[in-house]
Amino acid sequence: MIVEFRHVSKFFGSRRAVEDLDLEVPRGACFGLLGPNGAGKTTALKMLYGAALPSRGCVRVFGEDVSRHPRAVRARLGVTLQENALIEVLSPVENLRVFGRYHRLPEREIRARIEELLDFLELRSHASVPVAALSGGFQRRLAVALSLMNAPELLILDEPTTGLDPAVRLSLWHRIRELQAAGTTLVLTIHYMEEAQRLCDRLAILCDGRKVAEGAPAELIARHLAPQTLELELGEERAAALRQRLRGVRELRAGPRLMLFSEDAPALLDRVRSLERELRGVVVRPTNLEDLFLALTGTALEGAA
Amino acid sequence: MAVSPGYAFSVWRRNFALYRRTWKLNLLPNFFEPLLYLLSIGIGVGAYVSQMGGTRYVVFLAPGLVAVAAMNGASFEVTYNAYVRLNFEKTYESMLTTPIQPEDVLAGEILWAMTRATIYGGCFLLVVVAMGLAPPLRALLALPLIPLTGMLFAGLGIAFSLRIPSIDLFSFYFTLFLTPLFLFSDVFFPLEERLSGGWLRLAELLPLLHPVRLVRTAFAGSLSWQVAWDLGYVLAASALLLWIAARVTRRRLLG
Repeated sequence: MIVEFRHVSKFFGSRRAVEDLDLEVPRGACFGLLGPNGAGKTTALKMLYGAALPSRGCVRVFGEDVSRHPRAVRARLGVTLQENALIEVLSPVENLRVFGRYHRLPEREIRARIEELLDFLELRSHASVPVAALSGGFQRRLAVALSLMNAPELLILDEPTTGLDPAVRLSLWHRIRELQAAGTTLVLTIHYMEEAQRLCDRLAILCDGRKVAEGAPAELIARHLAPQTLELELGEERAAALRQRLRGVRELRAGPRLMLFSEDAPALLDRVRSLERELRGVVVRPTNLEDLFLALTGTALEGAA
Repeated sequence: MAVSPGYAFSVWRRNFALYRRTWKLNLLPNFFEPLLYLLSIGIGVGAYVSQMGGTRYVVFLAPGLVAVAAMNGASFEVTYNAYVRLNFEKTYESMLTTPIQPEDVLAGEILWAMTRATIYGGCFLLVVVAMGLAPPLRALLALPLIPLTGMLFAGLGIAFSLRIPSIDLFSFYFTLFLTPLFLFSDVFFPLEERLSGGWLRLAELLPLLHPVRLVRTAFAGSLSWQVAWDLGYVLAASALLLWIAARVTRRRLLG
């Protein structure tokens, strides 16, 4: 295992940020941490690279206790923070050089690495322009490039694509996938469920500091809901009446919309039609991670489609 | 965890890289400030003062202003700049994603503040020598006192900066702490001629008093036991403050 959390808890005074968290991330995986704001995702990531110390339990990375060997562990991993921490008056090249020095890489290696990363994250066009003058997408790519300066075996990304436009997001995910294909292990938090479903081999959903589910996306959906969803618009009273008669069908309500989960949604639709003559806004679709997320955490996600 | 000189130096280099880009904007105001005091108070007001501390007034004032330049050079760096790096630019957070430890961050910042103190104090020292207010060789003797003064005020400033909840509180630090120090630490007049007994002993607590006396002693070339006390104070106070700062830094940077 590249990452192991064993009964990890973190308290800030009396506030609990993470409680009794167990996680395992195998080499080469793309592991997603999901959860509503304040669920403890960022705190969990900070404990993972040793910028926060667990109040209880132990975090091991590359087999080493992070609290005891933070330097050795961090030399082998990279972190893209939620907020870009760039030096605005310096250019991308200068920022990369400063970061290479944080890792105490030899100057020759820094120069070579900068050349590689300018191409890999398409930064070359504005490599010598002060960062303050660059677009948000460009700055984000530079932030990712910084975290790759030491050619990390483990890359930690805290909401790498939040706030970026779709084209930038796609190209960034494309790069991240290339890294995974080359053997880099990824641990990330995402706000976009559809991206998480597409990218992550494995997910853990946190809610209020606790892990409420863990597994592969499809497996989680099958376990907690069902592979297909029948979605329709139905008033509160009629929904209650319907519920009485469809005992055993898992359901979820989001505003005026009622979602019913089934192995065979078309068959369920026939059944519902026989009970309710007037149906509006009917959609049959595959169950997605957002349904699961809503079912488990009961919270709508910011920025989710 | 112990400080690693290599990682501390990489923190220093980060600040240096930034300073190389912005030094023209930073250097001039800081450079002119003590010069203006020297011209206005030292030469202007000094024209009405026949003697002070046994010398011409401007000669009395010059060494104090050298120590003040060092104090200010270090203080700005570890107050506003450090606060912005901690809270707004997330500089320290990003350093802690690399092998750099909180202790390295602190050591690098203190070294950098001492460097800034040396740049400002050193420039002003050159002016003082050029104006014939200190013999060049004795000015050379005063030179190492400048980074030492920087270390003392860097320790004080950073311990304050990492604790305060709002950037507005720096006005207290400057107006109610550094400014009174500037006015009542032997820079403008000799305390021992204005205070007596217990008050004079109490004044020995003032941190700026000791660097001012040390620079003045170096300029005058008059060695006494007081030098040992002043040096001892600066070193011991710096050590205590850095120890406190290290604890605060660790608590503040490691969540």
